[in-house]
Amino acid sequence: MQDKETLKLNKLEADSKRKNTIYRWILYFILAVFVIYYLTPLYVMIVTSFKTMPEIRQGNLFSLPSSLKFDAWKQAWDGTGYKGGDVFLKPYFWNSIKLVVPAVVISTLLGAINGYALTKWRFKGDSYVFLLFLFGTFIPYQAILLPMARTLGVLGISNSINGLILVHVVYGICFTTLFCRNYYVSISDEMVRAARIDGAGFFKIFFKIILPISIPIIVVTVIWQFTQVWNDFLFGATFSFGESAPIQVALNNLVLTGTAVKRYNVDMAAAIITGIPTLIVYILAGNYFIKGLTAGSVKG
Amino acid sequence: MKMKKLLVALIALALTPSVSFAAPKAEVLHWWTGGGEAKALKVLQDDFAAQGGIWLDMPVSGGGGDAAMQTLKARIVANDAPAAAQIKGPTIQEYDEEGVVGPYNIDAVAQKEGWDNLLSEQVASHMKCDDGKAYCAAPVNIHRIDWIWANKKVLDENGIKMPSTWAEFNAAADKLQAKGIIPLAHGSQPWQDATVFEAVALGIGGNDFYRKAFVELDPATLGGATMSKVFDQMRKLKGYTDAGSPGRDWNIATGMVMEGKAAFQIMGDWAKGEFSANNQAPGKDYICAPTPSDNGYLYNVDSFIFFKVKGKEKVEGQKLLASLMMGKNFQKVFNIYKGSIPARLDVSMDEFDMCAKKSNADLKTAASKGGLLPSFAHGMALKLAQKGAIQDVVTEHFNSKMSSSDAAKKLAAAVKASL
Amino acid sequence: MFWLKKNLPKLVLTPSLGILSWFVYGFIFWTIYISFTKSKMLPRYELWGIDQYIRLWKMPRWHVAVENLLIFTVLFIILCIAIGILLSILLDQKIRAEGFLRTIYLYPMALSFIVTGTAWKWVLNPTLGIEKFAHDMGFETFKFDWLVTPEMSIYTIVIAGVWQSSGFIMAIFLAGLRSVDDEIIKAAKIDGAGIFSIYSKIILPMMRPVFMSAIVILVHLSIKSYDLIIALTSGGPGISSDMPAVFMTTMAFHRSEVGLASASAIMMFLTVSAIVVPYLYSELKREDAR
Repeated sequence: MQDKETLKLNKLEADSKRKNTIYRWILYFILAVFVIYYLTPLYVMIVTSFKTMPEIRQGNLFSLPSSLKFDAWKQAWDGTGYKGGDVFLKPYFWNSIKLVVPAVVISTLLGAINGYALTKWRFKGDSYVFLLFLFGTFIPYQAILLPMARTLGVLGISNSINGLILVHVVYGICFTTLFCRNYYVSISDEMVRAARIDGAGFFKIFFKIILPISIPIIVVTVIWQFTQVWNDFLFGATFSFGESAPIQVALNNLVLTGTAVKRYNVDMAAAIITGIPTLIVYILAGNYFIKGLTAGSVKG
Repeated sequence: MKMKKLLVALIALALTPSVSFAAPKAEVLHWWTGGGEAKALKVLQDDFAAQGGIWLDMPVSGGGGDAAMQTLKARIVANDAPAAAQIKGPTIQEYDEEGVVGPYNIDAVAQKEGWDNLLSEQVASHMKCDDGKAYCAAPVNIHRIDWIWANKKVLDENGIKMPSTWAEFNAAADKLQAKGIIPLAHGSQPWQDATVFEAVALGIGGNDFYRKAFVELDPATLGGATMSKVFDQMRKLKGYTDAGSPGRDWNIATGMVMEGKAAFQIMGDWAKGEFSANNQAPGKDYICAPTPSDNGYLYNVDSFIFFKVKGKEKVEGQKLLASLMMGKNFQKVFNIYKGSIPARLDVSMDEFDMCAKKSNADLKTAASKGGLLPSFAHGMALKLAQKGAIQDVVTEHFNSKMSSSDAAKKLAAAVKASL
Repeated sequence: MFWLKKNLPKLVLTPSLGILSWFVYGFIFWTIYISFTKSKMLPRYELWGIDQYIRLWKMPRWHVAVENLLIFTVLFIILCIAIGILLSILLDQKIRAEGFLRTIYLYPMALSFIVTGTAWKWVLNPTLGIEKFAHDMGFETFKFDWLVTPEMSIYTIVIAGVWQSSGFIMAIFLAGLRSVDDEIIKAAKIDGAGIFSIYSKIILPMMRPVFMSAIVILVHLSIKSYDLIIALTSGGPGISSDMPAVFMTTMAFHRSEVGLASASAIMMFLTVSAIVVPYLYSELKREDAR
């Protein structure tokens, strides 16, 4: 029986070998077309960041720079050296780090605990509770800026990194709970049941059993939250100012400087610098990301 | 649980008393983060520090202050208004109506320094709250909006004079277009469309028409035949722009004039900063002239509003700031950088360039002939809702095939709906 | 003690629910309230009635925004899911350099639109980008001017939006495919099923939860698309690419129409609820039933 099946499979594969080569070519062609689609803007950004301003004005958008010049990158990171309205990224970069780390850690932990409570300790109406979380992901942020401002004012944390952390945690838990719940729902309840019979409590099971197998989904939530918080402009611009501003606000200020002559090379360099941390996270954790989503998305 | 602990910690952190000796302190919200404007503001910051003040900079740039408005409202709603913010025109009084400006901390300074004598009546009236009883804002400059900028070489080579009527402008533009030069460098963003529109309205309709339509919001004028003609000219101008115009930043458009790709640009006098930054000189490389009109002058006065704040050092900061902003030297240096002219009447114009001198002279003529009018496109004539409603129609007409009479009707309707 | 133990899961959820009820649902009620007031520059609390809603629906600009949201959301979701599925299936064919390709498809999600917007603006601008490039290459008649054409500008936003998000959807679907048992595919092959029907009839239907995650994320992204529009067109040319999030921000912060903006927020919210909530609810019921 086993042999017959294998034979049949082999035959099928041999039949389609020729067809396969053509398919492969088409396949790689389609993949390549999409590579161009995805890479074009990044290519334009990188090429522009190495050009001089005259080159940008006269040249073609897609042409290569005449030589590798890092001046624009230096200016974007460290400024031109003249004081007074010269925006550069270095100080704000650290602001963002100080904001992202606590915001991501707190919202991820809360999301994990919520997801665990919603799936492994089911109670009447837990679906409705989950729906409450889910619905929170659809709230248009522009609509809540004013009541949020008032709340932060009452709490005494308007205009501070702490206020921003709170904002990101609040709206982040909707997503982290969604991700973690979908992950835990796919994990077999057996282990939890066994542990409960052995008398293990809620938190013991969470820390001893659930958390160790949660690495993949934690990677997913961390990547998502990191990207959201790092790339946020709206909250950053509304709830923090001046020296405590996160990097996107600084980037915006750098790019949209009122009347200065546009330094496109610096703009583009600054944009890439701003994107580097998230890019690194995506590249390094990309594999885990797929694995994490794999484990969490489909019930076997 | 964790959240609660965090909250407690956060609150504790925020309540830690800030170490302060009553040094004047001022948090200033502005969107002057680049080029000449930033340099100009630095002058003020240095002055402020020299007087022992602590300046907390709050720059939020982008979209002519769009992003900054979000920040500002959030701060006011949080009961934590900054000391001063870059707010101008009737918006100053709009904030006052919400009760977040009084008790008008800077009025004492204004009275002591006699601002009534230093400013023209028209400018001063924009700076007062509480039905014109008290100063609540300080002006830093006067921009003229209705300028037309031209590349001198392009005009000379094609034997074109600076146009003094819109018919002349159209003739010149047709000639240039036939030769493959873009007649009008323009970035079709709503505020830029409105900027051109108000200059055209002032020229084609005249001073009284402009006042009736965009200051008094007279429905018959807004929807009338003259307004149709204004839209006709806008349609013509659209034909003089290039395909890349929608969404283009204004300074890129200025760049096109500098490089000779385009001949004209209609823009306020901050455009001069772009020419100067590229070492171009007025009269030699480029020409500045008012857009065709009958001694009209559309002004935009940049100013800082002073909100209600708590704490002696903040009030002192406001007073010091207001006094410095109206300082003679600051008004001179700032405006040389910025391209505008001083709001104060007694500043010598000697060190200014020819465009600024012309602006100053025209201002006086216009004032005496009833042509000195507030710019609606730059928020000097109308409250924000009405300004926005007009801007929507203007930009929609400019970027579609809407007929002129439809546009005029729509304009009247939109203004009515916004009131 | 027993009570505590029994209710611990609920207790653990309480802080998060407390946060939600204030920061999400409390704020929604606040917005509903404000939408019934005459708030202008700043929120005011005297009730006025439903006038803001009447004014809202009388504004041509709001109609443009709603229409655009519909066009955008439908195209955005369909294209992202289509491209996501296509790429994930292709990548699942034991491709060389898969990790590399995946990173390329995924990276746009990592970048904020504040400046990628500038790059896109150039690429799509007829006098700078692709159209000029094609002209320089000798294709004189090539035309690609959607960005500056009022009727087409919303589609350029779709292009850029899909660029940013489709890679993420690809990742979600790829993950879904990876978790499908290989045996199922083998068995189907033996039964003589073609590759196309294997995917369309067997594998994709198994991935309902993936579709759910993808749709939640995409709806979330599309109703909140703000940066995208501001960076690319600022709602222009004219007001042709306006969307509700942009409309709301403009009214609340730049037009002193806080009441009107609140009304528009509530309309957006109702729309989303009407579409998404029944869907989510039925999905959850289905899961429960299993």
